[in-house]
Amino acid sequence: MTSVAEQVARERNLTPDDVVAALKTYMPSGRIDEYIMFASGGHSGQVFVIGVPSMRLLKTIAVFTPEPWQGYGFGVGDEILRGGDFESRAIRWADTHHPALSETNGEYDGQYLFIGDKSSSRVAVIDLRDFETKQILKNPVAISDHGGCFVTPNTGYVVEGGQYGTPRGWEYASIEDYQKAYKGYVTFWKFDRERGRIDPARSFCMELPPYWQDLFDAGKFESDGWIFGNSFNTELATGNVDGKSPPFEAGVSQRDNDYLHIINLKKAEQVFQAGKFEKFRDFAVIPLQTSIEEGLLYFTPEPKSPHGVDVAPKGDFIVVGGKLDPHVSVYSMAKIKKAIEAKKWQPDPYGVPVLDYDATLEVQVELGLGPLHTVFDDKGYAYTSLFLDSAIARWTLGGPYQTLHKEPAWTLVKKTNVQYNVGHVCAAEGDTASPDGKYFVSLNKWSIDRFFHPGPLFPQNLQLLDISQPGDKMPVLYDMPLGVGEPHYAQMVKADKLKPWSVYPEIGWDPHAQAVDPTAPKPGQEGVQRDGNQVTVVMTATRSHFTPEHVKVKQGDKVTWRITNVERTEDAIHGFALPLYNINLSLEPGETATFHFEATHAGTFPWYCSEFCSALHLEMMGYLLVEPARAAALDAPHEPPAPGAGS
Amino acid sequence: MHPIKNIIGPRLSNSEFRAHRWRYLLPSGLLLVAAGLLVASFRQPYWRMRLYAPQYPKGLRVVAYLNRLEGDVREIDGLNHYIGMRPLNEAAQLERKAAPLLVGVLACLLCAVIFIHSPWAALFASPALLWPLGFLLDLHLWLAHFGTNLEPTAALSTSIKPFVPPVLGEGVIGQFRTVARVGDGWRLALTAAGIVLVALWFHRAAYKPLWDEYRRAARSATAGEARRA
Repeated sequence: MTSVAEQVARERNLTPDDVVAALKTYMPSGRIDEYIMFASGGHSGQVFVIGVPSMRLLKTIAVFTPEPWQGYGFGVGDEILRGGDFESRAIRWADTHHPALSETNGEYDGQYLFIGDKSSSRVAVIDLRDFETKQILKNPVAISDHGGCFVTPNTGYVVEGGQYGTPRGWEYASIEDYQKAYKGYVTFWKFDRERGRIDPARSFCMELPPYWQDLFDAGKFESDGWIFGNSFNTELATGNVDGKSPPFEAGVSQRDNDYLHIINLKKAEQVFQAGKFEKFRDFAVIPLQTSIEEGLLYFTPEPKSPHGVDVAPKGDFIVVGGKLDPHVSVYSMAKIKKAIEAKKWQPDPYGVPVLDYDATLEVQVELGLGPLHTVFDDKGYAYTSLFLDSAIARWTLGGPYQTLHKEPAWTLVKKTNVQYNVGHVCAAEGDTASPDGKYFVSLNKWSIDRFFHPGPLFPQNLQLLDISQPGDKMPVLYDMPLGVGEPHYAQMVKADKLKPWSVYPEIGWDPHAQAVDPTAPKPGQEGVQRDGNQVTVVMTATRSHFTPEHVKVKQGDKVTWRITNVERTEDAIHGFALPLYNINLSLEPGETATFHFEATHAGTFPWYCSEFCSALHLEMMGYLLVEPARAAALDAPHEPPAPGAGS
Repeated sequence: MHPIKNIIGPRLSNSEFRAHRWRYLLPSGLLLVAAGLLVASFRQPYWRMRLYAPQYPKGLRVVAYLNRLEGDVREIDGLNHYIGMRPLNEAAQLERKAAPLLVGVLACLLCAVIFIHSPWAALFASPALLWPLGFLLDLHLWLAHFGTNLEPTAALSTSIKPFVPPVLGEGVIGQFRTVARVGDGWRLALTAAGIVLVALWFHRAAYKPLWDEYRRAARSATAGEARRA
């Protein structure tokens, strides 16, 4: 066997390191990955589920964008998608950025996943029992976000930080009034775990100065009850409006510092519960002045235009990625608390207390060019993406983490080049209270020469790194091309923490309610019922037939069609595709679905099972016959006109 | 002599029972144990079949109790409709309905044997002796009936010909390999039958002398009557 392996390695021009990398990632058929990574789907508006270390794509969870295979938005799912609409404006794409797994005591609990849409400031809730989206909410106050989603240690709140400054509710205001009329926002969505839904009535938004807030993170342990966020336009730049002002990219980078936002969420919750808020579009908004008076909001300077803000596993340090500055700035929660107590601050132009920089900073660590995001491992190391260097920096934490590693505190240990332009990074449970180490994924924006490029839109490159060994050993193991973009953040959870269903618990299950629908069609109840021009189809699906197989309606009828997949076998899925009427369902074992349409078009429509279910899959079909209105009228018995009917 | 008396045989005198207590208690005790095991077997599966196919790596299973089927019956019925086999629950409906009563009767018969001190005891015990074999025979007949009476219009009727799945051991149907074996309930019933055999041996050893004595007395009584006549 060894000689065969050597021969293959020689023929394929593989180095010993390549062979080791292959051995560490190869999954023989039937072997299941140790970790599951949830990566944002970027513009696809979806979430990718990827196995680690094999880097195999397992599912694309349909979230903000209709997805036919999962039967999402083609007959059912519209009521969820509509949650993300504004007034009558349907929004059917999204720029998903930051997935957040639900947590218990700062650890992933594998129950729910949240994801934010930067493009329209929306958040979604995914239930990890069936990996399906259950709720989408449009933020009524903000129109763009970037600091979402991040959860508090017990998922009490889902944090959604806004991005570009706008007037409240993005209403019209002249850009000349930027300083006064424009605001920044951070929204705290209250999660009701029992119901598996965000409760907007118990959620609230805090207004911030229009400093263009960036990423956020929630504190834990020592920093429990605190929320941290970055900003990058304390210059209040408004772009090239008069031909003289600098464009945004320079305008927002004039000052040496922007502000790390430090929010006392525990206190903000009390202020909200005390009713000290204004209502806007029926949503609670705590005005900036209230936040200042109540001591909810503090700033401390950070090197200009930073990017990520990441709380260390014990909640004691807050790491800010410099982006334009080669350092990460590490703030100490103990020092921040002391500075607040000592009132060591100066007000900013809006009156927000700005804590003394030196009084809050623990240390700065020089890592290289373009430090963006930081995650952690179990060995006292932090890992920061270096966008401009196209590298991952491994560096040591100090304080209580010192005993976990041999190197001196707060030092760069190793840089590994990645290909290319890394944005976010993800380590196994690397943003929880107890990171696992072991695996690390670099989410690269450019791939240039890594893959065959199908035209000028190149694949994304998700690179797996082995971080199991200490010191300077941190090799790249595998490149995963992703032909759907653009993933931003990702989280990686131990696979055994997830307990997904393989079939729905009972026949007649309504996935939207996550409960049995007692009115769901059951075997023996099938048929077509008519009440005036309202027609209800009661149908079951099993291998390899629908019951009934003929449905006859009249043109203009309003049809409610209900189908239950009565299967109990894993993977025995049936589709339901109805041509012209734009219907496609995915009926998983036990699932019941209901869709409605008006039979606007007369004709003959063969529907069929669109999921290859069995040897007699092609035979699993039926006919919808829509009788033309005129013929139907001729057939109809002559009835006297109703009393009072017009002539 | 009254025929009922000939069936139940001679009664045991208190003095004889006290003199040889264990000789009479042993078969009675064994019969009670056997009756108890039979009743207990009702709650255990009598028969299991597993079906393996490429697309069912975990296998499918049917578990037969005396009164019901458990396991992947629904899925197996779903598959069977392709070859035109009737739903499994349509089989042995009478047997399954009567099973609680039958087991009760069997246990009562075993208890009755304690009080029957004649060769009739063997006859009263024989249903319990034959019960395990009878179960398998009945099951085999149903399997043969179902396997050989397939709906000729079924989708796979050209590739799956009528067949008789083996009641025990391995078989092959289409892409499925079947493995059938007895369950703990059947084993309990078989153990009960074994105990009944042993009990009958001790029963005979205890009561044969009494029965012979009884017969002799009866014969001489008859002879006396004849002489008087």
